[in-house]
Amino acid sequence: MQTVKMVVTGPYSSGKTQFIGTISEIDVVKTERKVTSEAEKVKDQTTVAMDFGRITVDNDLILYLFGTPGQRRFDFMWEILSEGMLGFVVMVDSSRPETFREAKSILETFRAYAPTPYVVAANKQDHPEAWTPEDMRIALRLDPNVKLLPCVATNRDSVKNVLLELLYSILAEMEK
Amino acid sequence: MPLRGNLRDFSTTQLLNLVNLAKKTGTLTIEGPTEAAQMCFREGKLVYAQMGTEDGSLPLVLRKVGKLNDQQAQSLKQRPESANDKALGLLLINAGYVTQADILQSIKQNTLDITFRLFSWVEGLFNFDATGAPPAGRITVPIELDNVIIEGSRRLREWEQLQDEIPNLDMALKFVDKPERLKNLNLSVEEWKVVSYIDPKNSIKQIAKTNNMSDLDVRKIVYGLLQAGLVDLVRPISTRPLGNVPTRKPLTAEAKEQEKSLVNKLISRIRSL
Repeated sequence: MQTVKMVVTGPYSSGKTQFIGTISEIDVVKTERKVTSEAEKVKDQTTVAMDFGRITVDNDLILYLFGTPGQRRFDFMWEILSEGMLGFVVMVDSSRPETFREAKSILETFRAYAPTPYVVAANKQDHPEAWTPEDMRIALRLDPNVKLLPCVATNRDSVKNVLLELLYSILAEMEK
Repeated sequence: MPLRGNLRDFSTTQLLNLVNLAKKTGTLTIEGPTEAAQMCFREGKLVYAQMGTEDGSLPLVLRKVGKLNDQQAQSLKQRPESANDKALGLLLINAGYVTQADILQSIKQNTLDITFRLFSWVEGLFNFDATGAPPAGRITVPIELDNVIIEGSRRLREWEQLQDEIPNLDMALKFVDKPERLKNLNLSVEEWKVVSYIDPKNSIKQIAKTNNMSDLDVRKIVYGLLQAGLVDLVRPISTRPLGNVPTRKPLTAEAKEQEKSLVNKLISRIRSL
């Protein structure tokens, strides 16, 4: 049995847990705890270690999706989670520009951990306050060749599209 | 979709850059702590700016740049044409008070003065309304944003330089070989607060947080200490050393084919979900 791993990272409350939950064939193994910090009370619970989802490909291959904790004080987990990953997704909450800088910083950190392909998911595109992907690309200072994909993490097709685009990037990298 | 946020997270420079690159048309309103400002754009060019309740009418703009005196400006404000800058402008040109170039240059200067003030704002809610337009009757002068951004950025040079010198607040500090030099130094209270936490285990960010300092404040202090040769920047002990980016081992042709096959399987599976 072979297993491969993809990491879903991003700032606090960007939708990582939801993203994995939408596509995983098992209930996501969540390690969430009550939020204690006033500044981070956007949601009641937060991921302190990791989320864990699974997609069985066939009898010999399983894809695991790991969600990183979004809060910086748990960033010691990031490097551990990034080891051996096939690629990673950076989730960004399109409706919260105050998190863009943090998203960019997380992206750079993960790029330093491993030279694997990645895509950026502009999540919560269904939110009335969401920035357009075009504006987000400029705000996040992403290269034109970095894939910035509109995403609604509650929508299965949208999540599928993000994962497929990441896999296409991985394949393209292998063919270089 | 609306473009809303806070300058704390997305600066005036970045906003203008966004408007410029996306060639946006509309009105950007920024509500600062003490006053509000509006900037209007047409296809990525700055065409008008208004600061709070300041009177931005033509007589007042011409008075500001010395083309009219107070009395003339007040007198013009009371004329019926004063409601429409364009009509008033024509009147002034025909009467020989000013030239068309004077008017355009004065309005441009007023717009730029307001805009440059906004570069120093670090806090304030902003909202871009794509349907917003300058107030009726105002004369608008299109200004390329490239130059505005360059000049505005120049005015923020101190901040930029500090960021260049200390780009990463996740770095830590350590004393240089002879820390006894500190004994003869005259440091401020704030500087001592930073010095007291210098340890390769503490990142600059942690020091700032502990001392309730802003990023700018801690950068200024650290920059001073660096320039004085008292401290060095080091990577915090607990994190990966700089430049130690792992690289993938080159794959054999067979292994490469196996990996591609694996990725193709994943693609097929996810497509089928």
